[in-house]
Amino acid sequence: MAASTAMSAGRMRLVQQLCVPARTTFTRTSSSFVRSFASTSLLGKDGDEPQGHLPGHPSSVFLTSLNDSFFDRVKPKTLSGNANAQGGIPTYRLMDGVGRLLPGVTDEMVNITQAEAVKMYRTMLLLPQIDVILYNAQRQGRISFMMTSYGEEGAVIGSAAGLALQDEVFAQYRESGVLLWRDFSIDHFMSQVFGAEDDLCGGRQMPIHFGSTKHHFHTISSPLATQIPQAAGAGYALKRTKGREGNVVICYFGEGAASEGDFHAGMNLASTTKSPVIFFVRNNGYAISTPASEQFRGDGIASRGPGYGMLTIRVDGNDALAVRSAVQSAKAKALSEQRPVLIEAMTYRVGHHSTSDDSSAYRSKQAVESWKQMDNPLHRMRNFLTDRGWWNDKLEEETKVQHRKLVIEAMGRAEKKKRPQLSSLFEGTYRGEMPGNLKEQRKELALLIEKYGALPVWSKELAKHANAGKDMEQYREDKA
Amino acid sequence: MGLSECFGRDRVFNTPLSEQGIVGFAIGVADIGHTAVAEIQFADYIFPAFDQIVNEAAKYNYRSAGQFHVGKLTIRAPCQSVGHGALYHSQSVEQFFMAVPGLKVVVPRSPVQAKGLLRASIVDSNPVVFLEPKFLYRSSVEEVPVDDFILPLSEAEVVKGGDHITLLSWGGPLYACVQALELLANPPREIAKHVPQAVRSANVELIDLRTILPWDRQTVIQSVAKTGRCIVVHEAPVTAGVGAEIAAEVQKSCFLNLQAPVIRLGGWDTPFPHVGELFYKPEAIRILDAIITSLTY
Repeated sequence: MAASTAMSAGRMRLVQQLCVPARTTFTRTSSSFVRSFASTSLLGKDGDEPQGHLPGHPSSVFLTSLNDSFFDRVKPKTLSGNANAQGGIPTYRLMDGVGRLLPGVTDEMVNITQAEAVKMYRTMLLLPQIDVILYNAQRQGRISFMMTSYGEEGAVIGSAAGLALQDEVFAQYRESGVLLWRDFSIDHFMSQVFGAEDDLCGGRQMPIHFGSTKHHFHTISSPLATQIPQAAGAGYALKRTKGREGNVVICYFGEGAASEGDFHAGMNLASTTKSPVIFFVRNNGYAISTPASEQFRGDGIASRGPGYGMLTIRVDGNDALAVRSAVQSAKAKALSEQRPVLIEAMTYRVGHHSTSDDSSAYRSKQAVESWKQMDNPLHRMRNFLTDRGWWNDKLEEETKVQHRKLVIEAMGRAEKKKRPQLSSLFEGTYRGEMPGNLKEQRKELALLIEKYGALPVWSKELAKHANAGKDMEQYREDKA
Repeated sequence: MGLSECFGRDRVFNTPLSEQGIVGFAIGVADIGHTAVAEIQFADYIFPAFDQIVNEAAKYNYRSAGQFHVGKLTIRAPCQSVGHGALYHSQSVEQFFMAVPGLKVVVPRSPVQAKGLLRASIVDSNPVVFLEPKFLYRSSVEEVPVDDFILPLSEAEVVKGGDHITLLSWGGPLYACVQALELLANPPREIAKHVPQAVRSANVELIDLRTILPWDRQTVIQSVAKTGRCIVVHEAPVTAGVGAEIAAEVQKSCFLNLQAPVIRLGGWDTPFPHVGELFYKPEAIRILDAIITSLTY
């Protein structure tokens, strides 16, 4: 170590030689000036709390009984003295299993207009139409991949209906219903799935990885839970953006993703930075083949909220109206109290995980069927509307026929569209000037296409792209 | 120091101790359009955030076709050796990020460089990993303009011109390179017999790469085409280090000019040790030996 230290001292003298004075190559962009803002810190001083207590928890009592000191759950305070407490965290719902308002629930509590309720149900009906048509299209090899939303229509559309169209959405991948609620066009939907020329995301990602700035829907990515801390940061930025103080971020994820480290990171960061974010967990019982019982041993995801000091609610995810009002209320609280809220929506993944999964390998078809019959978000919403005379069999039939036509026609159009031109493969890796190595590689591919483009396997693929790969010709020369 | 008092705690604040959270959070802030400068306490601890940097930040613009991007994100982290940092306070991590399209990776060598390159990184429209050699935090002193200025990214700097051999490095090891040049010209008595008279007057071109990704191939290739010899020095282990990428590119572009094999000098292919640091790092003696090997090839 002595030798090393001596060497380091020698290097410190050499430092001067590599530290050259500022040269004329510097771009001067502004003059310096002195900031005179006063500190805005209002934090209390260390030691203000009574000695022997945890910071922030001065009410923590001391126990001397070792047995009484162990605990494994945090009970919501609303349950004090309530017999339901034995069953764990309660679930908020407004409708029963067949769509009738529960005893004590009034229309005022539901607080929804006919127009909005009908729009919700219509959008809920559109999802399975898209799902069945695209699921079959994948089975026929017309698209590469598909994930359906069967069984979660109530949770997704209900939550979307509880928000403003400008609230920012960070999704996992089973929330395309939010885009449909926001009137994302079916053509754009199909263009993404087919990787068509007019896909807003340039045909670069797998099907159902949507994104649209206009719809405040941040582009989906496959890595699970990465969007959770990002949503926390977005929430923090929103409250600091002039004119956006009335908006929140909603961040969707499944109960499986909640096991990722990013869940912990995001929840804690949103809470400590007091960011207005709604964390919306779709607890549908399965993460591909892993049942929730092998995902966690606590009381679902909701039980974790209080550990982060977060306002939390568990809601019946198949009760679209309860989900809507829970989200509305969560948003109001997130804004007025400047803090995140956790919503756990209990639902059931009726469909397979994806087109690459056959769920009958790990759960019985009978179990799925009984879920569909016993607790179906679509049936419940339909009965709610029918009871009020807002819906009938004729409308149901007409809507389904309309939706089917809409979806099939849009799919037909998307299927005929060209893919984005081939040169776009290289674009957008960096914003601004394309680095030389990428330009060189683009030239390399252009020369290869010139030589081998006529090969059947290449020419067939090239023909699927806009300009049939001819846009690459301009890059055969050095453009670096 | 003092930034929080000056600009307020809503702009300069502590986060919980969670690297993946810090980077994920900063990505979200940048996504909404705000400038986000995140700090990872030591580059050694950037790996918990590797997923957020590689899968998310670097691909944000590409995967959304420019609809969403995190160009206003800069991640700062102290890097490289410090004399006694051992395994987790010494690492050079630039090679892991050099393989990630969509990122920029920058390492400054001095206070002027640090300010100019950091300002460039913050205003650049792409996410940047900015690695600060912590050995230089308090040892490197020079006149730095108080005014705002920018040094360009992706431009290497020829620190000292020469035409016999190209010596390329970045950050802390540049100081070992300067020391090696002194040893070459005036070898101490103990090692003089190993330094042939003919090489002592060699004119070495010393280049500071400054930006690791996208790196300045033009400056490096021009230099090696002129000198015909090239040594790349970094503290990270040799295998799959940045030197491997540069050596491959140099042999592709300078094949007819090369008069000796490209030499890569790095840490040995071991974790960074505590008590053996002097013998682990590419110190001046090893660089001197490589220069002699190349010049006498």
